[in-house]
Amino acid sequence: MIEVSHVSKQYGSKIALADISFSVPGGQVLGLLGLNGAGKSTTMNILTGCLAATEGTVLIDGIDLAKEAKAAKRKIGYMPEIPPLYTDMLAEDFLGFVYELKGLKTGKKDAVGRVCERAGIDHVRKRMIRNLSKGYRQRVGLASAMLGEPKILILDEPTVGLDPTQIIEIRSLIAEIGKERTVILSSHILSEIQAVCERVIVLDQGKIVADDTPQNLENAIQSKDSYIALVEGEPSLVERALRALEHVKEVTRLNEEEPGVYSYRIRGREHVDIRREVFLALAGAGCPLLGTRSAHVTLEDVFLRLVGKKEGTTGRDEA
Amino acid sequence: MNAILKREMNAYFDSPLGYVFIAVYYLFAGYFFLLYNLYGNSTDMRALFEMMFTVTLFLIPVLTMRLMSEDKKARTDQLLLMAPVSGTAIVAGKFLAALFVYLVAMAITLVQAAVLSQFALVEWSVVLGHFIGLFLLGSALTAIGIFISALTENQVIAAIGGFCTGFFLMLLDSVAGMITNTRLAGFVTDLSFQTHYKNFTYGLFNVADIVFYVSVAGLFLFLTVCAFEKRRFE
Repeated sequence: MIEVSHVSKQYGSKIALADISFSVPGGQVLGLLGLNGAGKSTTMNILTGCLAATEGTVLIDGIDLAKEAKAAKRKIGYMPEIPPLYTDMLAEDFLGFVYELKGLKTGKKDAVGRVCERAGIDHVRKRMIRNLSKGYRQRVGLASAMLGEPKILILDEPTVGLDPTQIIEIRSLIAEIGKERTVILSSHILSEIQAVCERVIVLDQGKIVADDTPQNLENAIQSKDSYIALVEGEPSLVERALRALEHVKEVTRLNEEEPGVYSYRIRGREHVDIRREVFLALAGAGCPLLGTRSAHVTLEDVFLRLVGKKEGTTGRDEA
Repeated sequence: MNAILKREMNAYFDSPLGYVFIAVYYLFAGYFFLLYNLYGNSTDMRALFEMMFTVTLFLIPVLTMRLMSEDKKARTDQLLLMAPVSGTAIVAGKFLAALFVYLVAMAITLVQAAVLSQFALVEWSVVLGHFIGLFLLGSALTAIGIFISALTENQVIAAIGGFCTGFFLMLLDSVAGMITNTRLAGFVTDLSFQTHYKNFTYGLFNVADIVFYVSVAGLFLFLTVCAFEKRRFE
């Protein structure tokens, strides 16, 4: 359905995308994940023909986007991060304009009515776009992308700036659309990707650093030799005692759970059970071990590790 | 192209801009008509069309200032870039919308000629020549205005750019007069909008003048398409 081969994009001397390749089969919901400036929007703009790639080719349903732009663009519906809307128009007039702009011939009234209903903007379609809330503007943008029922829907941060109720509504709408067609969704909100996407591509500084299902990504770095330990005592003493152990690879202090009691993530060498070793070392150092539990690695941890930051040191999802 | 044309037409007439442009144009045309034809007791509309040259020069930028810059600023150009429409069709749609508003405005001169014809004989072929001249001048200036608008996202800068261009075009004849090199002076005169326009007001229907205005319009529309398409590479 979508075939991206060796695509690069340079803005002057800045490399926004460095030789990325991936393909998306029909009917898949793909998430593009990355920090701000990772290259998500650039990738999407290239996929939709808004930007020309410096190098590489993009095939949309077998059509070369650079050579047959019009034919390829007819297969795509795109909602950029800030939906491009003529705010001086009524919502339904704007959708009518987009219908004509896309050169659709299926019956304007029906097509506009259908997307208004689908995007939940039926009751505001006769209102001026500038008078609509951000959530409804986002829906008008989504409705315009859905016009003509394109095979591929590309949504750049579709829930940014929305309130929690609107986020849930938009997510369920995307999940519903994803049952019928290919959806590429970008976000830096991990829970969103986890909730909606079957596959995740993680971008960092214009490069693909991971490409798998959210579950596989978690499993890949989920260590069975990793524990969270609750230990009472001076942190420096605890860390020294643990680091001295032969099979302990990494010790990270997390939080102060109670006064004088800290949680630590302890990672051992592969396939080595370190629990006894840890217990004895802490007992020897006079720091009582109050509890242990296995360390669950979340997609956030995976993401932070992939983009080269230490897990557990930043806040949770923005959603 | 039709979608763009319709959208731009609506944008002109859903806001005061289209009405204000037409009203100001009518005001000047009405004033000169009163002065030269009604008070002057003449059916010769040459003086009126001569005066409308300057008016057109300074009013067209008001009409064109928002055409491309507004899209750039509001990022609605993204909607146009991702649509299965060529850059040429987009620019043509916008150009024709502005030209239509201009045509509605300048149609007042035909009404004025019709009023004169009720009282005396009017040479319609000459009036038509004047009208075509004024229309071609407006087309070329509209194309220049759209091009300037495509270079910036600020409407005020686009308008000021248009006024400066108009002022420069007005001065071109004076500049030619100061050049001692006859070949260069001739070249500058050939580029003068006023020189080519004057022939129309004399009742001369010169193909070279028509080609000049059509070429200027074509060149600047082409440059506008290039400036628009360049955004894909930025």
